[in-house]
Amino acid sequence: MSRFRQLPEVNAGSMADIAFLLLIFFLVTAAIPTDEGLLRISPPEENRSKVEIRDRNLFEVNLNPSGELMVEQEILKFSELREAAVSFIDNGGISAGNLGHCAYCSGSGDPQLSENPQKAIIALQVSRETGYSKYVTVQNELQAAYNELRNNASTRLYGISFQAMKTEYSNSNATPERKQDLQQKIKKIQEMYPQKLLEISTTNF
Amino acid sequence: MSSFKTNRGSKLPAISTASLPDIVFILLFFFMTVVTINDQQVMVQNTLPNATEAERLTKKDNNIEVFIGTPKGAQVALLGKAPRIQLGKTFVAMDQVASSALEELYSMPEHLRNSAVVSIKADTSIKMGIILDLKEQLRSVNLLKINYTTVQGDVFQNIE
Repeated sequence: MSRFRQLPEVNAGSMADIAFLLLIFFLVTAAIPTDEGLLRISPPEENRSKVEIRDRNLFEVNLNPSGELMVEQEILKFSELREAAVSFIDNGGISAGNLGHCAYCSGSGDPQLSENPQKAIIALQVSRETGYSKYVTVQNELQAAYNELRNNASTRLYGISFQAMKTEYSNSNATPERKQDLQQKIKKIQEMYPQKLLEISTTNF
Repeated sequence: MSSFKTNRGSKLPAISTASLPDIVFILLFFFMTVVTINDQQVMVQNTLPNATEAERLTKKDNNIEVFIGTPKGAQVALLGKAPRIQLGKTFVAMDQVASSALEELYSMPEHLRNSAVVSIKADTSIKMGIILDLKEQLRSVNLLKINYTTVQGDVFQNIE
C-alpha cells in the first residue's frame, strides 16, 4: 500500500453558492447612488435692493392652486412652456446698431419680448397649494429652455454641446490645459445666456 | 472512415465549475465598490418627481438630505397623514429645520461646508407651501444651494 496516495480533490462546487449568497446579500442591502436633480440657488436673505425691470424683460410664469399654468397673462399648456421661454429669452428685441443689440440671438425681435438674454428675467410665482410635482415640471421646462439655447450657441461656436462640455469638465481624466479651455468656454456660454430665474414669494390671500 | 466512429458512445468530459466562484467573486467585488449601503431609513412616503434636465450630483458627502412626505405604513396611526420633514434620522418640526440643518452642516468636514447643497427629496403628492417654508428657513441660515432631487423620466407624467 502506497503512503503517498494522491489526495482527493476538494469539491469547489459549493463555493459558487456561498459567493452567490454574499452577492445577493449586497444587492439587497445596498443601493446604487442615483442622486440627480435640479439645482437652484435661492437669493441671500438681506437682499432688498430695488431694481427697475421693464415689463418686456420680465417673463411671468404663474402656477395657481389647482395647478394651472399662466404665462404672461395667458393660459398655456405645460408642453408649450419651453418654446415660449426660448422665444422670450432669445428674442433679441433691439435692432442692430443700437445699445444692447444681441448679435447672436435668433429670435423674431418681438417688441413685447425681451431686449437681450442678459436682461431677460423669468419670474416664477407659485401658490402654497400648488402641487410639488407641477412645480418641478415648470422648473424642468425652464431649465430645458436655457439648456436648449446654451447647447445651440455652444454647438455653433465650438462644435460641441454645452452639456458635453460640462460632463467633460467634471470628468477627472481631462488634462489641465483642456480643463482651463473648457472652463473659459463654459463661462462664455453662461454669459451669453445667463440663467435668471426669480422666485416670487407669494403673498397670503 | 472508421476513424470518425472512434468517439461514438463515449461521454463528454464534465465541464469544470471550479472557476465559477471566481466569476461570482468578481461580480461581488464589482457590486461592493459601486454600491453604497443604505445607512438611513426613509420614514416618509417618497416618490420623486420626474425630470429630464436634471444634473447628476458630483459628490455625495457635501449634501444634506431632507425628505418630505406623509408618514409611511404603521406610523400613520401615530403621526397622522400630514406631511413631515425628515432630516437625518429624525422628524423635524418646521421651526427647528434651520438649527438641525446647521447641525448637519457642521458635522461635515470643513472644506466641504462652502459647497454644501441641500437635497430636497419631496414626495410628488405634497403641496408647495411646505417647500416654500423650508426654503425660507434654509435661507435664514444661509443655506442657499437647493437641489430638487428627481428621477429621470417624462416630466408631463408629473402633471397628471
